[in-house]
Amino acid sequence: MNSKSADRIASGIFYLIALIIILILVGLFYYILFNGLKNISLHFLTAPSSNIMAGGGIRDQLFNSFYVLFITMLIAVPLGIGGGIYMAEYAKPGKVTDIIRSCVEVLASLPSIVIGMFGLLMFVNLTGWGYTILGGALALTVFNLPVIVRVSEDAIRSVPRELKEASLALGITHWHTIKTVILPSAFPSILTGIILASGRVFGEAAALIFTAGLSTPRLDYANWNPFSATSPLNIFRPAETLAVHIWSVNTQGLIPDVEEVSSGAAAVLIISVLIFNLLARWIGSMIHRKITATK
Amino acid sequence: MSEYTFTPYNVIRGDWCIMEKMVSAKDRLLKSGNNRMDGELRGKILVILCAVIMISATIAITIFLGTKGLQSFIKNGVSLIEFITSTNWNPTNQAKPEYGTLPFIFGSFAVTFLSALVAAPLGIGGAIFMTEIAPSWGRNILQPVIELLVGIPSVVYGFIGLSVLVPFIRENVGGLGFSLLSGTIVLSVMILPTVTTIATDSMSSLPKTLREGSYALGATRWQTIRKVLIPAALPTLLTAIVLGMARAFGEALAVQMVIGNVKDLPSSLLDASATLTTIITLNMGHTTYGSVENNTLWSMGLILLVMSFAFILLIRYLSSRRKM
Repeated sequence: MNSKSADRIASGIFYLIALIIILILVGLFYYILFNGLKNISLHFLTAPSSNIMAGGGIRDQLFNSFYVLFITMLIAVPLGIGGGIYMAEYAKPGKVTDIIRSCVEVLASLPSIVIGMFGLLMFVNLTGWGYTILGGALALTVFNLPVIVRVSEDAIRSVPRELKEASLALGITHWHTIKTVILPSAFPSILTGIILASGRVFGEAAALIFTAGLSTPRLDYANWNPFSATSPLNIFRPAETLAVHIWSVNTQGLIPDVEEVSSGAAAVLIISVLIFNLLARWIGSMIHRKITATK
Repeated sequence: MSEYTFTPYNVIRGDWCIMEKMVSAKDRLLKSGNNRMDGELRGKILVILCAVIMISATIAITIFLGTKGLQSFIKNGVSLIEFITSTNWNPTNQAKPEYGTLPFIFGSFAVTFLSALVAAPLGIGGAIFMTEIAPSWGRNILQPVIELLVGIPSVVYGFIGLSVLVPFIRENVGGLGFSLLSGTIVLSVMILPTVTTIATDSMSSLPKTLREGSYALGATRWQTIRKVLIPAALPTLLTAIVLGMARAFGEALAVQMVIGNVKDLPSSLLDASATLTTIITLNMGHTTYGSVENNTLWSMGLILLVMSFAFILLIRYLSSRRKM
């Protein structure tokens, strides 16, 4: 076999590999959307779930997913951006910075179930809260923090040097420069990163099984008092999210319509993650256009 | 002028004379002064606090899981040797409980290596397709595909594995369907985007002169890829595979849904099996906190933690080789 035909065969194989990857994705999406969309109805989205009978919905799980995401981001975003600012602006090269960098690396590579176990130990047993939204959100913060730190550090580092120097040259202090010059111009990339991280948090289940629990109490959506036990806004109640729901109906559920419920829920999950992705791209490009005045 | 907003861009454009007209310079100077320096200190303390929280989270995880994971050996007297090497897992046997986790450790390593074996050629092949074969249109198609694959939550992979892959294997290949093979396939698809993304980065960061030099010598594209580009990118390609393996090793729910979760050592790819993560997910909920069985689950968690440190060290080693 001469080298020309070997080259042709190799190219063929690479085309084949690319085709396989594309087919995997198309197959997955086709299966989820084809089977899921026919199970999504207004009833499915607004009815409470059932433990034994068929015909349950995902109302509480859907709300819990968004609420847990919201609480997680409320904690993780300020912490993550603060960490990013420290790494990009204040950290001097040396031992301490190396240690922090290693810590971020360790946190990023921990399996989510290990973070769930840590959450169980710390936020469920040690604090005596039991399964709570807050515990779940704190576990997800640990899971999510390294991503936000990395995104904000990269975004801050890619702010043009001239902007920062101009501000400092005007006599503005370092922190004020960060607040009024660097952060605003790093904001679009940070926001894009946060929205992408939200998609990851939204679909996360392993860290939540042990921290936010597998059940949701009966909720009264008219009750907006965050300290009441039946209020959906109470952060000290157990909450089963959508991703956890898919897992639990498949592995320990008793309902007869497992297939319908989980394919519908999977479709809702995928569509939400897709929306997060598109939103991130759209907002990123919109703000970019606004700031740089490119058409 | 009341609508005027004071943004950094205006400052740089020199617009701030407008600002000066609004507030006299004397007032501004009197107003700032000390409190500006206070803000400076406050800001610095704030971000240092964030960094400290990150460090303490990492240390807390290590210490908490470490002490909790060692309890079964220290307090309950489970033998470490038995724990790692015995294949008998009978924690509920009243007379003679046995705590051998070798089948689960084996299961974890088996699915990890097998899925890396499937995902590595696909991922690196995809990366080469994007960077060498069809850099313009191929990348435009494959890049979004990979990003969408990353976005699919792991439970959804597990659910599809359970409802499509398991029946398919049961009917066409044999066995129960719940098997090492199902776990491997699900994990391969899950780690594929990780491997592809990093491999693509490493291939596209290779200097252009390498390719041009090779083509100038009359090498074909395949020869260039095989003899020049892959060897040059090898350390990063290995990092890509190791990162994928780290993800596979720690993945819990998707594997748990398809692997069958039996406590016996599998004898073939079609046998049901279990991994450390699946046993933890399955049993953590219905064992009493503080019991010996529960403590052994924490010891398995400690193994996961130690392995994730090991993967980091391996990646460090690989990237130190790259710098040379």
